[in-house]
Amino acid sequence: MKLTGAQMLLKCLEKEGVEVMFGFPGGAVIDIYDEIPNSSVEHILVRHEQGAIHAADGYARATGRVGVCLVTSGPGATNTVTGIATAYMDSIPVVILTGQVPRALIGNDAFQEVDIVGITRPCTKHNYLVQDIEDLAATVKQAFYLARSGRPGPVLVDLPKDVMQQVAEFNYPDSVQMRSYNPTSKPHVGQVRKVMKLLKKARKPLIYSGGGVITSGSHADLTWLARNLRIPVTSTLMGLGAFPGDDPLFLGMLGMHGTFAANMAVNNCDLLLAVGARFDDRVTGKVDTFAPNATIIHIDVDPTSIQKNVSVHVPLVADCKAALAALRTESEASLDDTEWAADHKEWVDQVQAWGAEHPLTYKDDDVVIKPQYVVEKIYEITKGDAIIATEVGQNQMWAAQFYKYTKPNTLLTSGGLGTMGYGFPAAMGAQRAFPDKLVIDIAGDGSIQMCIQEMMTVVCNKLPVKIVILNNGYLGMVRQWQELFYRKNYCETCLDAQPDFVKLAEAYGAAGFLVTEKKDVESTLREAFALDKPVIVDIRVAREENVYPMVPAGASLTEMLLV
Amino acid sequence: MKKHTLSVMVENEPGVLSRVSGLFSGRGFNIYSLNVAPTLEKGVSLMTIVAEGDDQIIEQIVKQLRKLVPTIKVKDLTEMKSVEREMVLIKVNAEDSKRAEILRIVDIFRCKVVDVSTDELTIEVTGDQGKIGALVSLLGRFGIKEIARTGNVAMQRSMQIDL
Repeated sequence: MKLTGAQMLLKCLEKEGVEVMFGFPGGAVIDIYDEIPNSSVEHILVRHEQGAIHAADGYARATGRVGVCLVTSGPGATNTVTGIATAYMDSIPVVILTGQVPRALIGNDAFQEVDIVGITRPCTKHNYLVQDIEDLAATVKQAFYLARSGRPGPVLVDLPKDVMQQVAEFNYPDSVQMRSYNPTSKPHVGQVRKVMKLLKKARKPLIYSGGGVITSGSHADLTWLARNLRIPVTSTLMGLGAFPGDDPLFLGMLGMHGTFAANMAVNNCDLLLAVGARFDDRVTGKVDTFAPNATIIHIDVDPTSIQKNVSVHVPLVADCKAALAALRTESEASLDDTEWAADHKEWVDQVQAWGAEHPLTYKDDDVVIKPQYVVEKIYEITKGDAIIATEVGQNQMWAAQFYKYTKPNTLLTSGGLGTMGYGFPAAMGAQRAFPDKLVIDIAGDGSIQMCIQEMMTVVCNKLPVKIVILNNGYLGMVRQWQELFYRKNYCETCLDAQPDFVKLAEAYGAAGFLVTEKKDVESTLREAFALDKPVIVDIRVAREENVYPMVPAGASLTEMLLV
Repeated sequence: MKKHTLSVMVENEPGVLSRVSGLFSGRGFNIYSLNVAPTLEKGVSLMTIVAEGDDQIIEQIVKQLRKLVPTIKVKDLTEMKSVEREMVLIKVNAEDSKRAEILRIVDIFRCKVVDVSTDELTIEVTGDQGKIGALVSLLGRFGIKEIARTGNVAMQRSMQIDL
C-alpha cells in the first residue's frame, strides 16, 4: 500500500495504539493535519504548544501510556521545550512530533525554521530528523519503543514538510532491533541475594521509594514487601501514591519539605532501600550527612543514577518491577524462618513515635482560610479518589503533604524541573484519558496564569477539570525564601494586581467561584466538584503562610524548621 | 584528577558527535582530546576520548556515554593494557645555524620532515604522550610557530598480561 508521509505517520500512530494527541497546526504540518480527519487518532487543539506537551505528559502520567503531541516548526517546536524538559526530568514517556521546513531549505534560516533536534538534544531521551520517507515508519516505531522502555522519557521526531508529501510503500516493523540500545531489565541474582541478606540483618530498615516505582508499575510488590517485612516507607514527591498514604507504615515525604518522622528515619536507619529514586538535592539536603548510619541499597533501571549524588553500597541495576518481584520471591520463603515483625518492632515504634511527636500540621485559624485546610478538605470530599495535578511552589508542597495518595498515577506534578504552569494542562490531559474521573488542579495564583489560555481547550472539549487556586497574592514559595533567608525583601513576588478569576472563568464559558470565608470552603468545593464543566475556585487564603517542615537548602535533613 | 582514555564505539548517525560533546559540556566534564573516524564496520565510528576527572566523575562519564542511544560500546582503556598513539605536526623555526641540530633531534625521535622552507621545518611525529611531550619541549627553544595534534587514538592490547 503506497501512502504519503502524512498518511504513513498517522498509520504509525494507529499501529502504536495512540487514541489521542494534543497539538497546534502550522505551515510545516498542514499535510499531516490534512489527513487527521481520515484517521482514528483524535486531535485536541490546544491554545499554546506548551499546553499540548504538558497535556501529553499528564495523559502519560495518569495512564502509563505514551503521550503524543504534534506541533509545527520553529516557534511551535520551541514552545514545547519547557514541557519536553519537564517530561525528561521526571522520566515520562512522550513522543513529540514537530514539523520542519522542507529538506532543501534546512540550514537556510527559512521562515519558521529552527534546529529543534539540536535544541532538544540535552532534554530528550533521543531525537530524530527524518531525512527520507523510507525511514519514517521505522523511526516512529523506535521513538515509541525508546519513549516507553528502560528509563522512559521524551523522544522527538522532526518531520520535514516535503517528507510528509513523499510517497512510499508502508511497512510497519513488528519489532525494534537496535544494537546500541539494550536497557537492563532483569536484576542480577547475586545482588538480589545480597540485598536479602542485608534486609535480614537490618534492625532499622527504611524504604525510600521514588517515581520509578510508579513508572514501572511495581507498587503492589513494594506494598507487599513493606507490609510483610514490616519496613517503614518514605517517598519522594514523584513516588507519592505508590505506597498507600494512609498506611501506618507510611511516613510521608522526605527531604526539604519532608515530615519530621521521615527525615529522622533517614538519619537513624541502618539500612536504606532506595527504589526508583535518584537522590535529588531536594531529597538529600547536605549529601555528607545523608543517611549517615545506613547501608544504602539502590535499585534503579538507569545505571547513571547510581553513584551520581550519593555513594551507595549495593547497586542493583534493574527495572524496579523485576527487582521488587525478585525480592518478593526471595522473601516469601523467609516469612517462616524470619521474625520480621519482631525484628523491626522497636524501630517501627520509634518511627511512629517521631510521627506522633511532630506530625504534619499547621496553625489553623477560625477566620482566615489556611491553604492546608483547603487541601485537607479536598481530600475529605474526594475521599482520595481523584487525580490531583499541581502547579509548582507552595501549592505543590501542600498538595503533597495534606492529601493522602493511596493509588499510583494519581498525582501529576513537575518534580524535577519544577515547571510553573504544568498542572492545569496536565490535568487536561488526564481528564481526556479519564473523562469520568474527578481531576483537580491544585494551583497557586501565580502559576495558574502561566497556561491559563487552556481554559478554552477544556471548555470546548468538555473536559471538566476543576482548578482550585490557593490564592495568597504572592509567588508564595519565593516569598517564603525571601522571608526566611533574604531579610523579607519581597522583591517582585507580590501579585496584588490580579484578574478576577470568576469573571475569567465565565469569559471562557466555565464556572467560577470566589471563596473568602472559611465557612464556605467545603460547601463551595462540593458544589464545584459536582458540576459537569470546568470550574475555577478562587480561594483567598492566608497571605504569608509558610510550608513546614523546611530544611534550608544545603543543610542536613535533621536541621528542620518546624511549625 | 587523572586522565582516562575512553574508546567509544557509536552508530555513525547525524548528530552523534554533538550528543557526545554536548554531554561533556552540559554536565561539566572535561575533555582533553577527542578523535573520531569510521571503522571497518559499516555505519560504526570509533571515538577516542581523553577525559579528566576523579574516579567518581570518570564512572559517571562512562555511564553517561553508555546511556546515549547511539552508543554501542564504551571501554576505559586506562583500566587495561593498551597502546596509545598521537600524531602531531610541528612547524618550527629553522634558520641555517639551527637546522642541523633540529634534524638531529628529528633523527633521534624517528620523526619525519614533511615540509621545508628557507627558515622553517614542518615535522611529523607519532608516539605516545611521553614521546610527544619530550619532543615538543626540546623543539620549544627553537620556537614552535604552529602545532596541530590529532588527539590520542588507542587500542586494547591483544594480550592482557603484566610484563
